[in-house]
Amino acid sequence: MSDFTKYLAGKVTAGGMNRREFMGRAVAAGLTISAAGELFATSAAAQAPKKGGALKLGLEGGAATDSIDPAKATSQVMFAAVRTWGDTLVETHPQTRAPVPALAESWAPSPDAKIWTFKIRKGVKFHDGKDMTTDDVVATLKRHSDSKTESGAAGVLKSITGIENKGGDLVVTLDSGNADLPAIFTDYHLVIQPGGGVDKPTAGIGTGAYKVKSFEPGVRMTFEKNTSDWRSDRGFVDTVEIVTMNDATARIAALSSGQVHFINRVDPKTVPLLKKAPNVELLTTAGGGHYVFIMHCDKAPFDNNDLRMALKYAIDREEMVKRILGGYGKVGNDFPVNDTYALFPEGIEQRAYDPEKAKFHYKKSGHSGSVLLRTSEVAFPGAVDASVLFQQSAKKAGIEIEIKREPGDGYWSNVWNVQPFCASYWGSRATQDQFYSGAYLSSADWNDTKFKNEKFDKLLISARAELDEKKRKDMYREMAMLVRDEGGTILPMFNDFVNAGTKKLKGYVSDIGNDMSNGYVATRVWLDA
Amino acid sequence: MNWAAKFSSRSVSPFRQVDHVPMSNPIETKPAEAERPPGLRWKARFPLLSLIVERLLLSILLLFAVSVLIFGGVEALPGDFATTYLGQSATPQAVANIRSELGLDRPLVTRYVSWLGGALQGDFGTSWASRNSVSEQVGRRLGNSLFLAGFAALIAVPLAVGLGMLSVHFRNRMPDKIINVLSLAAISLPEFFIGYLLILYFAVNFGIATFPATVYEGMGFLERLQTIALPTATLVLVVLAHMMRMTRAAILSVMSSAYMETAELKGLSAARSIVKHAAPNALAPIINVVALNLAYLVVGVVVVEVVFVYPGMGQYMVDAVTVRDMPVVQACGLIFAAVYILLNMLADILAIVANPRLRHPR
Repeated sequence: MSDFTKYLAGKVTAGGMNRREFMGRAVAAGLTISAAGELFATSAAAQAPKKGGALKLGLEGGAATDSIDPAKATSQVMFAAVRTWGDTLVETHPQTRAPVPALAESWAPSPDAKIWTFKIRKGVKFHDGKDMTTDDVVATLKRHSDSKTESGAAGVLKSITGIENKGGDLVVTLDSGNADLPAIFTDYHLVIQPGGGVDKPTAGIGTGAYKVKSFEPGVRMTFEKNTSDWRSDRGFVDTVEIVTMNDATARIAALSSGQVHFINRVDPKTVPLLKKAPNVELLTTAGGGHYVFIMHCDKAPFDNNDLRMALKYAIDREEMVKRILGGYGKVGNDFPVNDTYALFPEGIEQRAYDPEKAKFHYKKSGHSGSVLLRTSEVAFPGAVDASVLFQQSAKKAGIEIEIKREPGDGYWSNVWNVQPFCASYWGSRATQDQFYSGAYLSSADWNDTKFKNEKFDKLLISARAELDEKKRKDMYREMAMLVRDEGGTILPMFNDFVNAGTKKLKGYVSDIGNDMSNGYVATRVWLDA
Repeated sequence: MNWAAKFSSRSVSPFRQVDHVPMSNPIETKPAEAERPPGLRWKARFPLLSLIVERLLLSILLLFAVSVLIFGGVEALPGDFATTYLGQSATPQAVANIRSELGLDRPLVTRYVSWLGGALQGDFGTSWASRNSVSEQVGRRLGNSLFLAGFAALIAVPLAVGLGMLSVHFRNRMPDKIINVLSLAAISLPEFFIGYLLILYFAVNFGIATFPATVYEGMGFLERLQTIALPTATLVLVVLAHMMRMTRAAILSVMSSAYMETAELKGLSAARSIVKHAAPNALAPIINVVALNLAYLVVGVVVVEVVFVYPGMGQYMVDAVTVRDMPVVQACGLIFAAVYILLNMLADILAIVANPRLRHPR
């Protein structure tokens, strides 16, 4: 065994690498696939979870205004908290992102994918000792989707027309076919609450691995082990404490002094320094979140596709990943999905920085004078720097970009989705369909590029109901090409989720679903004595 | 005339030109004629009581004005609670539902009046975001802020006054210069930087201090004290120089005045001349600057709270402003204003009590 494969095996034991990553690198290092597979299995077996201990997480993104009501969970802290005390019907596989059973044991669609039947798991108890029933599930879903809802999940549930309990099974009826319904039910807002949480939305009672013990918004939240948890493959530590730490330096200080075991949102700029700390380990995961510069396709001068193409060729993606993400990310290709999504259309040619092509399209567009780009520190971390990099690379192609720095407060209501050209970001969504439906469909609420393409809309609707994966994937390829070559999105980079833990923290699962092991970090890790 | 003008005209210290100007002192504006209307006669007989009553009435008016300003200010900010709270996950339907539930679709004046109606009855309502009682949450946060500020003051005030006296004693000699340079260095560094330095050395490198300084309910008193050691040290360093230099300047200015020379020539003992003649005149400016710093310790330490992850009022208000959570912003704003007003009033009263010339106006 070479030193490199030894190193890789060590990473697996430490929990820092999943099978796919491990296999890829080990095979590249000269191991045969079967040998690599065996090595992975033995290394992974070496890490039997240890029970007990008090886990402390220092997380960015909490505020005094946080609510424990899952419908209103928007911050990072509440996202991780909800995943700790509650369960959804369906979860996603950490590496493939395929839907896997959770509170729903199994499911089946009608042939047109319009009516779905979910078998609800029996023998699951809520934290207050009551049995979880199909009625609770129905009430929960209704609370998030009815006309009075204030839920953050209201958008993804819009197509639901009926939610019923039919002989103990959950039957969901949609206004049009959707092959992705199980993936929608993985949304973290949709944790099942007793009675749907209608009476007491903020009770914090669910079926999760930990019970909520205390909650002080924006300060601290504590949990204790749910001893009657229906799952045995999670919940290893005795207690969990989440401390809201919005200051990046404070998080790093708390981690390196060993006062917390895990922190999120490590600034790529501080990674080289953090790596020097002896007791700290970086935990990064590729994700589907991305940083964008968005142009309104229906407003001059961006209603001209040649100008849009000119700007797409005028951005240096490689440099952005290096300078803005510190290498912790991947270059984007001007459509909003990457290989962390199921049915990702591989093999689409990567768009690269090409001043000549940019010049060509710019000339063809007939535009003259400068282009106004609005940016702000809140658009994404490093957005102002990224805008300046964009300005410089565009200048080499003869395109003048004028940068206007906007105040962070009110950026999302005054600039984003209002002004024709600005910096922004998107988090990952459960499926390609969910992403495109939310931000690229002509009628979407958050169509922030004002991309209105009939062909695209038709493809999206028919792909949604298509149960044949091969056909579906081809449709997604066609849609990606439309967005890439005609859309208003300049997508230079996909950002990795950069977290860090102490060396005591074991079993961290790199989950491509979302940040912090898809929010499940507290239920998946254990502490080595 | 206000205190700032009064003392800067005596040119006691450059520190009088601070930007927080306390309220005007009604004592100073009193007419000195012998024939006074009855109201003024009452004022002349009970100068202190009338001052307090007058101040309290004025404070209510001020608080009212503050609430109008805050309401208008938050209204003027872009976006309302519904859009900012839901952020990128907002659907028009959900936004409309929140607006109608909270009554955000009513006209501005109606909303203000209904809030004021509740506030006058002591009901500050519930936070729009967390749906918890504002009074309860504010109570906890205010308690934390006062705890931290209280301990910082407990250390900083005696230390500052003591160091000030020490530097007067060793005027223009080595100890004076060392105290001056060190305290000026401490005040010149931004507070977050002092905080980071303390964290780096005492929490990360030596590992002897607790970090983060998050206090919570059910924490023992001693544990609490240990937890707030670093933020307290930071705050002490930040406010020390201001008070120390004021003390030094005030004592020096009094010591060099003509009546002190007379006292000395009369043959009074040093102790007697200081206690009887110097102290009353030096106290007022010191009390004033201490009050300003105490107010700062309660309401102006957001940065320290963030750096040390301390759950105080400042961070609470910033969080609320970020999502336009009006009931919380209002409650915090009023408390901050009340703290300033009260401390300034207290400073004025103490200054009068300490100074015989103000205590017995002609």
